[in-house]
Amino acid sequence: MTTESTPYVAPDQNDPAVRKGQEDRLREVWKPPSGWFFRWTDVNNNRIGVWYTLTAFGFMLFAGVLALIMRTQLAVPNNDLVTANTFNQLFTLHGSMMMFLFAVPMFEAVSIILLPQLLGARDLPFPRLSSFGYWSFLIGGVFVSGSIFFDAAPDGGWFMYPPLTTRTDLSGLGADIWMLGLSFIEVSSVAAAVELIVGVLKCRPPGMRLNLMPLYAWYILVVAVMILFAFPPLIAGDVLFEMERLLNWPFFNAEKGGDPLLWQHLFWIFGHPEVYIVFLPSIALFAMLIPTFAQRHLLGYPWIVLAAVGTAFLSFGLWVHHMFTTGLPKISLAFFAAASEAVAIPTGVQIFVFIATLWAGNVKKSTPLLYASGSLAVFVIGGLTGVMVAVAPFDWQAHDTYFIVAHLHYVLIGGTLLPLFAGLYYYWPLITGKKLSDRLGRIAFWIMFVGMNLTFFPMHLSGLLGMPRRVFTYPEELGIGGLNLASTIGSYMFALGVVIVCIDLALSPRRPKAPRNPWNAGTLEWLAHPDDEDWGIRSVPLIESRYPIWDQKNFVQKVDEGRFFLPDAEEMRRESIVTSVLDARPVQVIRLGTPSVKPMMTAVALAGVFILTTYHLYIWSAVSGVATLACVLWWLWTSTAEIPEKPTKHIGHGIEVPLYTSGPSAPGWWAMFITMMADATAFSGLVFGYFFFWTIHNDFPPSGVGLNGPGVFWPMVALALTLAGWAATVGAREVHRRGKVGAGRALLVVGIVATLASLFAGLAGPWYSGLDPELHVYPAIVWTLAIWTAVHAAIGVIMQGYTLARSLAGKMTPVYDADLRNITVYHHFLALTGIVTFCTIGLFPGVA
Amino acid sequence: MTKPDSDRQLESNRKHWARDLKVTLWTLIIPPTIWAVHFLFCYLWVAVTCAKSSAPGTALNGFPLATLIATIAALLGIVAAGYIARVQSETPGDPPPHEQGTAIDRLRFLALSTRLLAGLSFVAVIFTALPVIIFGDCR
Repeated sequence: MTTESTPYVAPDQNDPAVRKGQEDRLREVWKPPSGWFFRWTDVNNNRIGVWYTLTAFGFMLFAGVLALIMRTQLAVPNNDLVTANTFNQLFTLHGSMMMFLFAVPMFEAVSIILLPQLLGARDLPFPRLSSFGYWSFLIGGVFVSGSIFFDAAPDGGWFMYPPLTTRTDLSGLGADIWMLGLSFIEVSSVAAAVELIVGVLKCRPPGMRLNLMPLYAWYILVVAVMILFAFPPLIAGDVLFEMERLLNWPFFNAEKGGDPLLWQHLFWIFGHPEVYIVFLPSIALFAMLIPTFAQRHLLGYPWIVLAAVGTAFLSFGLWVHHMFTTGLPKISLAFFAAASEAVAIPTGVQIFVFIATLWAGNVKKSTPLLYASGSLAVFVIGGLTGVMVAVAPFDWQAHDTYFIVAHLHYVLIGGTLLPLFAGLYYYWPLITGKKLSDRLGRIAFWIMFVGMNLTFFPMHLSGLLGMPRRVFTYPEELGIGGLNLASTIGSYMFALGVVIVCIDLALSPRRPKAPRNPWNAGTLEWLAHPDDEDWGIRSVPLIESRYPIWDQKNFVQKVDEGRFFLPDAEEMRRESIVTSVLDARPVQVIRLGTPSVKPMMTAVALAGVFILTTYHLYIWSAVSGVATLACVLWWLWTSTAEIPEKPTKHIGHGIEVPLYTSGPSAPGWWAMFITMMADATAFSGLVFGYFFFWTIHNDFPPSGVGLNGPGVFWPMVALALTLAGWAATVGAREVHRRGKVGAGRALLVVGIVATLASLFAGLAGPWYSGLDPELHVYPAIVWTLAIWTAVHAAIGVIMQGYTLARSLAGKMTPVYDADLRNITVYHHFLALTGIVTFCTIGLFPGVA
Repeated sequence: MTKPDSDRQLESNRKHWARDLKVTLWTLIIPPTIWAVHFLFCYLWVAVTCAKSSAPGTALNGFPLATLIATIAALLGIVAAGYIARVQSETPGDPPPHEQGTAIDRLRFLALSTRLLAGLSFVAVIFTALPVIIFGDCR
């Protein structure tokens, strides 16, 4: 940030002609693409977010219909509407879709719409990444959910416990569809998490220090970080799982030294934080709408931050409470029971903060508030049964019964679904400019509320009376026919409520526009105009309060008249402001991605890798992999780290910031760092596997033909080469930064050679020692670690080569060196991966 | 430790070493990170010991003492973080309710949040340590 001293003349915002010129330019720059195909290449968060939301909503309706079929089957004892096999597919797909295709993507979708508006940004920092995430989600989601029409849906329960699901004679293609289809979607979830974290940390408006951030942004930050640490263990589990199914590597096969419990650990290290990943964003909606309807600032802002961060941490110490009946030592169970009880504290804090705010405020009754308060009531019931099942001895009685089904639905409907309906009624005017019907909304609420309780409350009783989960029917003698019939009637009521909401949505286009900011809210997103422009925000405001619309004088008018920052698009580029993490000082103007077919093509190519592998078409899958790589390189080469036409730009009020930064102040650097955190977490899941197997075997590593290896020599050679490749890359960055371009390029060549050599040396250990991965879990896990590291080395080589090519093509210079700095981050992590892998497989057998 | 308000006011107006420490998003998560380390320490000790032994009745020798030491260490760490955060959260300067866009209010906010997290982490660490009172072996 430098102060104005050149003869730059700021535009006169009092002159309507100047403002008109700015608006024309902004409109032109942000014009969406048109045409029956090209309109889908849009990357603007307004549109991607809406597509994303509608798609996730569609999947929710689909999964809801599956649930209705199940409830119809269970309405009376000994029913034969569907077969046991179909029923297995129904409940597996219902749970999997609600979790992976609705709850998590919905949070990301809503955040993609809301976050830029909450932060007064024109768009998120990587609009094309959002587009890529959306298309990946759509393709993966249709692939997984469509499988039921071919009688090929997964049928092992949404947590897919081996050995039922890993044995190909017990479970068919469905298990592969689950693993590969959902892995693909997990990739898009991680991509969205990266985008949202960078968005919250780096794209806030000037002046929006951490203590002025909307609470929604706090929650999104916390949840996105949780995704980074929760999803990768599942991805690691998926890798092991598919290796077992496709290649017969016995990770979960006890006969060959594997252990099905490892899957449960990896799954639930993901699965429990997942509950909070879907719950916190919904609660975040409350943190936005409750102050609006209480017409006052939220009380206890730091308490909400305590609750969000505290929940995020504690939620990673709960996973074994899903495994209370697996025979683990009681003392281990007690640790997790303790953490499960402790997490009730921050959860309760949030609820009390909301109640206190409403109490202290001047409450305006409204449909969104009705949904919010109703869902809190439902959630509290689910939370209390949660405290009950967190007590291990109680859980032993209730485990795998309908009591658990009741508990989890109270939590998820009260903690995710109903809050989303609250958000829907609250934010619909923001997105469409029109309000939904209060009357229909209230009718739908009461029908859903009664229906929900009628469905799930009896399940507590049927569960305690002995009805196990996941049975396709039950005998009359059990005496639970009446309870089940009540549940079925309730489920149809609930569905009726959802239908009324859908009717309300369908009627919306016929309704008149609502006034701007119809709820009289105080937060930034309500700057949105009913006849909205595509540019996001007219000028990026200076923030001085948590509720600027309420507190800052003439705020809306000043934004609209372009009196704040970046009111123009002089160079006809899409732009947004990047600020510092703690205090939101402007540090850069970034040029944002424009509509492009590249993200969509990349998603299609990557989908090919996962979908073709499902059908064992490995050659075509490899072709798809190469196509994905080509798409990514094309995308990066043509549209990232572009050298700007001038070094700096005026954004108004005498502030001039660079158009290009590299290193830790740049969004791209953060994105790389965050992605690699997720990657390192997945890797640690695999390493956990290695040591897990060590703990359960007295002779680990075992000895025998095909079991001895990989020795010390090759792993140490590979380690030395990995470190040499890393040192060369870091050296290249340093000398290049000092202007020695030739030396930088030479070091990159050295880095390429060393890293490539490390790839082969890493595989040489298990190869030359003849480790047979089908024989026993030890060779299998050693090979897995070695291959993981080799694949990362290969990607590292591609990155080094890419950077070298950028330098040779004149697209990277000592001043504009983001590529080199970003790949150095990658190589730090690669070095770490190499150290852990090669010390583990090479040296650990010597000390074990 | 209750002192008259005027004393506390005077004290908080004075310069304090804790106020020179940097406060960031990283310092915010120190208390719960201590909880996580303590939790992992207890869980891994038990998990590895019990998985490595074939007899379910294997006694967890040394574990109660180790837990005691780890718990005291963790609680001391959390108290220290909480104390520093408390001093920082009372940095004098801008008027209440301390939610302005100023450097001091941002500092006070982060420090208060850290202090609250220290409270939660303190309780959670004690929760984690409690099982050792009841269970002494791998059954």
